[in-house]
Amino acid sequence: MGHLSAEELQNKAKLILEDILAKEEPLKVKDRMKIPSQIMPQQDEFARRHNLDEVTLGLTLEQARLEAMRCLQCVKKTCVNDCPVFIEIPGFIKYIADGDMQGAVDEIKKVSLLPSICGRVCPQESQCQLNCTVGKALKDVDKGVAIGRLERFVADWERATGNIRIPEVKPETGKKVAVVGSGPAGLVVAADVRREGHHVTIFEAFHKLGGVMRYGIPEFRLPNDIIDQEINTLSKMGVEFKTNFVVGRTRKLMDLINKDGYDAVFVGTGAGLPMFMGIEGENLVGVFSANEYLTRANLMRAFDRENSDTPIYKSKNVAVLGGGNVAMDSARMAVRLGAEKVYIVYRRTEKEMPARIEEVAHAKEEGIDFLFLQNAKKIIGDENGRVKAIECLRYELGEPDSSGRRRPVVIPDSEFTLTVDTVIVAIGNGSNPLISQTTPELNVNKWGNLIVDEKQKTSVDKIFAGGDIVLGAATVILAMGEGRKAAAAINEMLVKSDTAVKN
Amino acid sequence: MSKILHKKQLSKDVFLMRLYAPLIAEERSAGQFIILQLDDDYGERIPLTIADADMKEGSITIIFQVVGKSTQVLSKLKEGENIPTLVGPLGRPTHIENFGTVVCVGGGIGVAPLHPIAQALKNAGNKVITIIGARTKDLIILEEEMREIADEFIICTDDGSYGRKALVTEPLKEICEREIKPDMAIAIGPPIMMKFCSLTTKPYDVHTLVSLNTIMVDGTGMCGGCRVNIGNEVKFVCVDGPEFDGHLVDFDNMMSRLNSYKDIEKSHMCNLDKQFDAKILEVS
Repeated sequence: MGHLSAEELQNKAKLILEDILAKEEPLKVKDRMKIPSQIMPQQDEFARRHNLDEVTLGLTLEQARLEAMRCLQCVKKTCVNDCPVFIEIPGFIKYIADGDMQGAVDEIKKVSLLPSICGRVCPQESQCQLNCTVGKALKDVDKGVAIGRLERFVADWERATGNIRIPEVKPETGKKVAVVGSGPAGLVVAADVRREGHHVTIFEAFHKLGGVMRYGIPEFRLPNDIIDQEINTLSKMGVEFKTNFVVGRTRKLMDLINKDGYDAVFVGTGAGLPMFMGIEGENLVGVFSANEYLTRANLMRAFDRENSDTPIYKSKNVAVLGGGNVAMDSARMAVRLGAEKVYIVYRRTEKEMPARIEEVAHAKEEGIDFLFLQNAKKIIGDENGRVKAIECLRYELGEPDSSGRRRPVVIPDSEFTLTVDTVIVAIGNGSNPLISQTTPELNVNKWGNLIVDEKQKTSVDKIFAGGDIVLGAATVILAMGEGRKAAAAINEMLVKSDTAVKN
Repeated sequence: MSKILHKKQLSKDVFLMRLYAPLIAEERSAGQFIILQLDDDYGERIPLTIADADMKEGSITIIFQVVGKSTQVLSKLKEGENIPTLVGPLGRPTHIENFGTVVCVGGGIGVAPLHPIAQALKNAGNKVITIIGARTKDLIILEEEMREIADEFIICTDDGSYGRKALVTEPLKEICEREIKPDMAIAIGPPIMMKFCSLTTKPYDVHTLVSLNTIMVDGTGMCGGCRVNIGNEVKFVCVDGPEFDGHLVDFDNMMSRLNSYKDIEKSHMCNLDKQFDAKILEVS
């Protein structure tokens, strides 16, 4: 990651770009491959430990054009095939290379309404960028065309113009669709269904919209005003929002159809019930699920200790258990909340860690200490029931397991103690039990996730589902992909029911 | 947003409010709770049991005690003002059927959530024996309402200023010792009271329900802040409760968890007192 300032990066890019633009002939593949991969400007690694501002600052215009010129415009578009929502990637990148930013925005928005979010939080390195020809040629996926950064660039460019185009909405059909949950899956369904002219109501249990993007992903990765912007667009399209509304409790799911006249319902209630390790001491004071820790800090604004009424634990030494993006978010939030020492305890090695490489790098820059091949065995409390240490075990890697990753095997008698006052458990979530508890008609699997068919339809007519409530804990973009499929099925069903009535 | 339709002070620190919330009024059952928030950006989420509901008026009744900054601010709101965030009904409703004889034990503010449950048990045909208790006479609430439902009614105070001078566990023990022991008990009040009520009934093998009011954030099964040890299992109060078998609850762990933020809250309260003092100075 770069240690050059944004200004230095920009100056370098400007010179190269001027050089290229001065040439008469079009760029050849060889020229394109020579353009250096553009480094993302970012906030100083010490300064950012004390604020919630976004860490990555976004490419500059010159950087974006250069990065776009690295794209070879392959005929076989592996990037498009690897995108869960099939954005026409070489197409929008070409617009950027040519300096037509509005053209790029329009191209992306044909299929994705949420580019400023996807550009930030999608794991491009394991999706669109994974099989990028440029990356393959340079034998480094991180040297492939930075598709996400380009997507973010155009979305931010559009936002900066202050003139965000509202997608066209077809004439009202008189049909009503309820969307349960305002996370990534729900927002995509709302947009896609509304565009066809159906009335859409989004029901959200919290007082703020955005689901996991609001309560889970910290502002230093995804600022709130970006979520607000996307929601504002939906609102301008005519989508209706009802916050503080827990479907299942405030109103039964079936009542939305049977009493309130909704023609279809999409359930995107997300992950629920945080998982715990099942070790001794997990209910001591000072042990938090990552969900709770992040919700307090993000949604409830506890980061702002002066103004927020929601308290957050004052920690000196923090151990985060887990190796995913949520573990990175929790650890980095703990640093920002003033912890002096933050450890990430992970029982495999860095290679097996599910977190994005970029997030791991950012965490390291922020001084977080990674303890690989180690795991908590029990949490030790003081006489007041507060955490004072964890006892850990050391591991080594054995044979590969069903996930293909080498299984960690405990080293006997390797116990040691780590002095911490806070433990954050970030090992995933179960399914949210509320909908299945209150809607026994819906079929769920043994983990409590809703069972859907290939069109995202549940076991009950007119009810569709997608995102983490179906997938278990996944990513924002996979949730969006499911939302897209569900919306298509809902739109198809509503047209069919219309024809059926007319006949 | 929910309008305060009516407000009444029940005792020094205890207030009753009727809030306009027609959907919650329609759906709620005895045993469920709501979460409210006094500011959408910076407010904390406070879980409170629903004491009553009036579907005609579209209102629910909450009864709360001033214990921290938010409840203090809530108590200063006036009729006609709005509460920005109100969500519910949350939690599983109380399982009501004709059990036979049920002892309903309410301590302090715990009488508020107990009332609708006692009413529902009575309506289901149970013989209801009610014990209500408080530290002192001024802290007794809903006496008349509870008396009306009860087939047998006992009131006690710790200091003897009203009714019998006793802790609620004393009459509870006597009732368990009767020739025909009760079929069930339900105890709602401070954690320490629920703990000792459960310990009292255990030797007599009287099934005892308690209603837990733990720290919560979302209240919909997402954060896990409300987890408690029930027997050998970890349960979440917001989606598995709030009612549990008192004989299985690890009260000591629950009480230590309730104190997680005590130091922080104290400093918050001090600041608030200063603010109020400053306001009073301004006015005078």
